[in-house]
Amino acid sequence: MKVLAANHINKYFYEPEKFQVLKNISFEARKGEFLSLVGKSGCGKSTLLYILSTMDTDYEGTLEMNGERLTGKTQDQLAAFRNEHLGFVFQFHFLLPEFTVLQNVMLPALKLGKYSAKEVEERAYQKLKLVDMHSHALKQSSKLSGGQQQRVAIARALINDPTIIMGDEPTGNLDKKNSEVVFNIFKQIAHENHQTIITVTHDPDFAKGSDRIIEMSDGQIISS
Amino acid sequence: MNIRISLQIAKTHLLTKKRQTLIAMLGVTFGIAMFIVMISFIKGVNKFLEDSALDATPHVRMYKEITSNHPSLIDEVNPGAFNVIHHQLPKNELANIKNGLQIVANIEKDKAVLGVSPQIGSQVFFNKGPIPVAGQIAGVDILKENKLYNIKRRIKSGSMEALLSNSNGILMGSILARNLNVKVGDKLTITTPTGNLKLVKVVGIYGFGIQTVDGVRCYANMSMVQEILQKDKSYVTDIHIKMKDSQAAIAFAKVLKNQYKYETQDWAEANSAFMTGDKIRNAMVVIVSITLLVVAGFGIYNIMNMNVINKMKDIAILKATGFGGKDIVAVFLIQSIIIGVLGACLGLLIGFSLSYLLSITPFNAGDFLDVKTFPVIFNIKYYLMGLAFGVVTTILAGYLPARKAAKIDPVAILRG
Repeated sequence: MKVLAANHINKYFYEPEKFQVLKNISFEARKGEFLSLVGKSGCGKSTLLYILSTMDTDYEGTLEMNGERLTGKTQDQLAAFRNEHLGFVFQFHFLLPEFTVLQNVMLPALKLGKYSAKEVEERAYQKLKLVDMHSHALKQSSKLSGGQQQRVAIARALINDPTIIMGDEPTGNLDKKNSEVVFNIFKQIAHENHQTIITVTHDPDFAKGSDRIIEMSDGQIISS
Repeated sequence: MNIRISLQIAKTHLLTKKRQTLIAMLGVTFGIAMFIVMISFIKGVNKFLEDSALDATPHVRMYKEITSNHPSLIDEVNPGAFNVIHHQLPKNELANIKNGLQIVANIEKDKAVLGVSPQIGSQVFFNKGPIPVAGQIAGVDILKENKLYNIKRRIKSGSMEALLSNSNGILMGSILARNLNVKVGDKLTITTPTGNLKLVKVVGIYGFGIQTVDGVRCYANMSMVQEILQKDKSYVTDIHIKMKDSQAAIAFAKVLKNQYKYETQDWAEANSAFMTGDKIRNAMVVIVSITLLVVAGFGIYNIMNMNVINKMKDIAILKATGFGGKDIVAVFLIQSIIIGVLGACLGLLIGFSLSYLLSITPFNAGDFLDVKTFPVIFNIKYYLMGLAFGVVTTILAGYLPARKAAKIDPVAILRG
């Protein structure tokens, strides 16, 4: 079952001069698939990921997720869609430093408003247990190490049970051991929870372990 | 949009940056406190001046205008012709209001009128020792006059009623009494402009707290003043009227003028200098208050702007995880509103305390005004205004940075 379809995506940068970053990119992702986007720096893989993330709306072509056409929706509609169906893990962990670990994980769920605050807290503990961070739940998130923060960020990405989880070099800033931990969590999510994972990565071991590798060069997909 | 979660984020932001929050708040606090002190004090001064001016002046005064600007005999005989008269003099006419007592009785019937007092006014000299001191004497029915000006409350020594039982008694203004060095029971001579002398006895000393009254005026019985001026029992030169509502006096003065064909003057006209002062002071309050609040507003704008710049990463995360533009606006606007409301409330409290301190600070205005401390008005209206100003300013100052926050492009920040 396909959960994501990108059709004929073209993207241009206008600064310093007009330059085509993505050239007619089309691909699909299936439910429960663990996908890696690889390629040299500047090949456009991150740019593609941010278009898929719905945060970048300045492109040509169409984007569909969960059978819903996302191209042409307003920023607020896209934000609501992200809240419910997408989870993000970034390279530089990106937690809100003033909040506790638990609050960080809870915020997207409180925003969604599907569950009561008490249920949200319970679910947040579950997700933290999944990444083995539940014992740090009440710590200030700025007090954690990089690897720990990245695990919390994964728990946050999972809180609303999204269809797709996207990662922008989620292990790029981590040591070998922590990278493995993150990789195993991703694998578990994809194969046991059947959530789709799309990550941009430079790490060849990480890419090799995933279900499918999409290689990009010069704004085009050269193998998938 | 979920207000509760925006509120929670706003609260966390404010509490983690306590010092910054406090500084932003103090800006508003200072502005509002100064606004409260200024408006309470200046409105107090205005009211005090108005009250003391109104206390001593009638709402409407009716009098006969003595002027040389009357049609000459030649004009009457030879109307329309080119008549030239040099140095025309006033006619030898009486300064009285004909049927004055009748008019008083008529006006008294009007329901809007609080009291009417007929008077005979004249310039006189007071002689105590070799030097004559100039002043005025007003022949009044003291009970009617009391109804208008509350003379009884203003008596400093002696008594008002003593005037009723003493046909040669006078009530003297306190400053005049001090200048002449007379006390209750002392006798002195008064001289009228036409040269009549009369020995009178001071039976009471009063003070309005206004130099132009206390330094010149004496009250006496009507019959005594009529006697020294050698006039008959119906001779009246002025009619003073107090209304129940002072604002109604301005229209009533015109009605009276048309009805009785005598000059009338309302209190606003008589105190136009005070009124102009009022307007200038009110304008000053507005200008300074707006300045203070604008400065406080810029303070908040700056701090919130910095806040938004510092929180760009957080805003990007919130947007990535599904918070919409409205949520982000709410997060930052709520912070401004909290700062505004708390700052304004603290400002009201400080403003009230300072106003209170001012209201008990001794202040000696000399003989010019009867005041012991600074006049300050405590009116809930000003406090509500201060609160509203504070909140509106902070909302305006907070909205621009909040909107800027909502417009942040998360991709640019997350990609680094």
